[in-house]
Amino acid sequence: MPFIELESLEKVFTVRVRGNAGLFRREKREVRAVDGISFAVERGEMVGYIGPNGAGKSTTIKMLTGILTPSGGRLRVAGIDPARERTRLAQRIGVVFGQRTTLWWDLPLKDSYRLMHRMYRIPDARFRENLDRCVELLELGELLDVPVRQLSLGQRMRGDIAAALLHDPEVLYLDEPTIGLDVVSKARVREFLRDLNTSRGTTVLLTTHDLTDIEQLCSRVMVIDRGRLMYDGELSGLHAVGESERLLMVDLERELPPITDVPGARFVRSEGPRQWLAFPATTSAAPLVAAVAAKYPLLDLSVREPDIEAVIAKMYGGTREERRESLR
Amino acid sequence: MAETTRVGADSAGIHEVDSGAIHEMDSGGIQEVDSGAVHRNERRSYGPLADSWRTYRLVAGMWIRSTMAYRASFALTLVTSFCVTFFDFVVILLMFGQVKGLGGFGFAEVALLYGTAGTSFGIADLTMGSLQRMGKRVRDGSLDTFLMRPAPLLAQVAADKFALRRFGRVAQGLLVLVWALLLLDVEWTPLKVLLLPVTVVSGTVIFAAVMVLGASTLFWMQDAAEVTNSFTYGGNTLLQYPPTIFAQELVRGVVYVVPLAFVSWLPALYVLGRPAPAGVPEWAAFVSPLVAAVCCGAAGLAWRAGIRSYRSTGS
Repeated sequence: MPFIELESLEKVFTVRVRGNAGLFRREKREVRAVDGISFAVERGEMVGYIGPNGAGKSTTIKMLTGILTPSGGRLRVAGIDPARERTRLAQRIGVVFGQRTTLWWDLPLKDSYRLMHRMYRIPDARFRENLDRCVELLELGELLDVPVRQLSLGQRMRGDIAAALLHDPEVLYLDEPTIGLDVVSKARVREFLRDLNTSRGTTVLLTTHDLTDIEQLCSRVMVIDRGRLMYDGELSGLHAVGESERLLMVDLERELPPITDVPGARFVRSEGPRQWLAFPATTSAAPLVAAVAAKYPLLDLSVREPDIEAVIAKMYGGTREERRESLR
Repeated sequence: MAETTRVGADSAGIHEVDSGAIHEMDSGGIQEVDSGAVHRNERRSYGPLADSWRTYRLVAGMWIRSTMAYRASFALTLVTSFCVTFFDFVVILLMFGQVKGLGGFGFAEVALLYGTAGTSFGIADLTMGSLQRMGKRVRDGSLDTFLMRPAPLLAQVAADKFALRRFGRVAQGLLVLVWALLLLDVEWTPLKVLLLPVTVVSGTVIFAAVMVLGASTLFWMQDAAEVTNSFTYGGNTLLQYPPTIFAQELVRGVVYVVPLAFVSWLPALYVLGRPAPAGVPEWAAFVSPLVAAVCCGAAGLAWRAGIRSYRSTGS
C-alpha cells in the first residue's frame, strides 16, 4: 500500500467578492483550489511538488496534514484520514512551512524543543540523540538560547527543520524550505535533507519555486497548475515535455557578430561582447561550450536554468497573462 | 485489549475507537516496511480530556517559567492586576457609603453576589482568557502551526501565552467572597454550604463554555471577539449587582437566552433566602451544574464545527 494516497482530491473555497450589484451586496464565487488530484507516494520517496503561485500546492499540503478538510475525494497518509484523526497523524509527520514558523515566537529555541519533546512524547534518549544530530548538522549550537523572533530567516528555517524532525517523522512535508535563503544556507539545507532521506529513509514531499532544489534532491516531480496535476514523473521528462531551454551566456574578447554557426544552439541576443544562446534543457552544456570555445575567443560563461514558471507556461501553451484572463 | 478508549482528534474528540484495533494496525503497518530503522513514538491516549489537560499543563507551565525569568516584573504586574480589579469593588464600597441598600440588597449580600461571580469569572479568564486572541491567529493563518501538533487545539490555544498575572482577579474575587461570608447574617444549612462551592465551579465552567463558544465563532468571523467580551466581561459586571436593579427583560435574557444567571445569581439568591427573579422556580438554584454541562456540550460542538470549516490562508 502506498504511504500517501490521494484519489480525486478536491478543495473548494467559497469566496465572497463585492460585485457590481451594490455596496453591500456580495457575490459568492467558488474557487476550486484543488480540483481532482490523484497520486501515490511510496515510503522513502523524495518528491518535488511544483507549480506557479496559487496552483494549489499549499492547499494540498494542508489537507495532507489534516489542517484543512477536503471538500471531496479520498485521502490517506499512513492509512490515516488526516482531517478525521489529525492529532494521531501528527505524531508521524513533520511539517516545515517556509513562510511560517512552528516554533514559539517569544521563547528561546531550546524551550520550543523542550516543549516538543513532551508534546510529542519522544523518549528521552531518542530526543537527545535527534537534537544533538540536528544541532550538529544544522549548526544550531549557538542559537539554542536565542528567542526565535531574533533569529535570521536562514537560522529560523534550520531551527524549524530540526523541530520537525525531533520525533522521527516518517514523512516530512516542506513548503518552500529554501525561500529567501542565501546560497550557503540553501546548500546546507539541501545536504541535510538528502542525508535524511538516504540514512533514515524518511519520505519527503517538497514544494518549491527553485528548480535547483528539485534537481539536487528529487528523482520524481509532480507539477500542479490551477488545482490539477499536469505532470508526474522524472524531472528530465518534464524538460522534454516542456521543450524548455537553458540559456548560455558567453563573454567574448570583443564584440563579434551573432554566434549562429554552433549546432544545437540558438542565438537570442547580444550586448556588446556578451551574447546569449539558448539550447534544449535536455542536452548537456559541455559540448556546446567546447564548440563555442573552439571557434570564438571565450573569456567567461555562465548557464542559466529554466525557471518553473517558464517550463510550465511553455508546457501548456499559456502565459501567466492568458491564464489570468481565463480566470476572470 | 477489549476495552474502549477514546482517541482524541480534537479537544471535544468524538471518535470512539477500539484501542486494540489501533495498536494492531499501527505495529503491523510500520514494522512491515521499516526494518526497525524508524522508531515509533508509543502514543498512549487517555482520552481527549486527559490529553487536553496534559497539553494545557505543558504549554501553560512553559509560559509561567518564561514569565518567572523576570520575577520583579511579574510581581509588579500581578499587584497591578489585583489593584485594578480591587478598585472595581471600591466603587461598590463608595456606593454603600451613600445609600443603605442597592435594589433592596445590603452590602454583605451584594458582596456575596460580587464575590461568587467575580471568582468564577476570574478563574475562567485566567484559564481561558487567551482564546480572545484567536481571531488574529485565524486571520493570519498562524493557527496552522497549532493544528500540526499532536495535541488538542483548544488546550493549545487556551494555554497560549498563559498569563499568571490574571490571578489577581481571582484573588480579588475570593477576597470579596470571604469578606461577604464573614459579614453575612444567614441561617446556614448543609445544603447552602454545599451549594456555594458548587456554584463557583459551575459558574467557572459556564463562563469558560461561553468563552469557547465565542472563540468558535472566530473561525467564521475573525473580528467578533468583542461580541464575546460583552457576554463574558459584561455578564460578569451584570452578575455582580442584584437582579432587582435591572430591567426585567434583561434579567429574563440572562436566565433563558444566555444562561449567565446560573453562574451566581440563582444559587446566591437561594443562599440569601431571597426569591429568584423572572418567575424562576426555587429549584433552579440547583441546576447550575446541569446548565454548565449543556453549555460545554454546545461549546464542544461549535468548536468542532469551527475547526472543520477553518480555511487557513493562501500560503
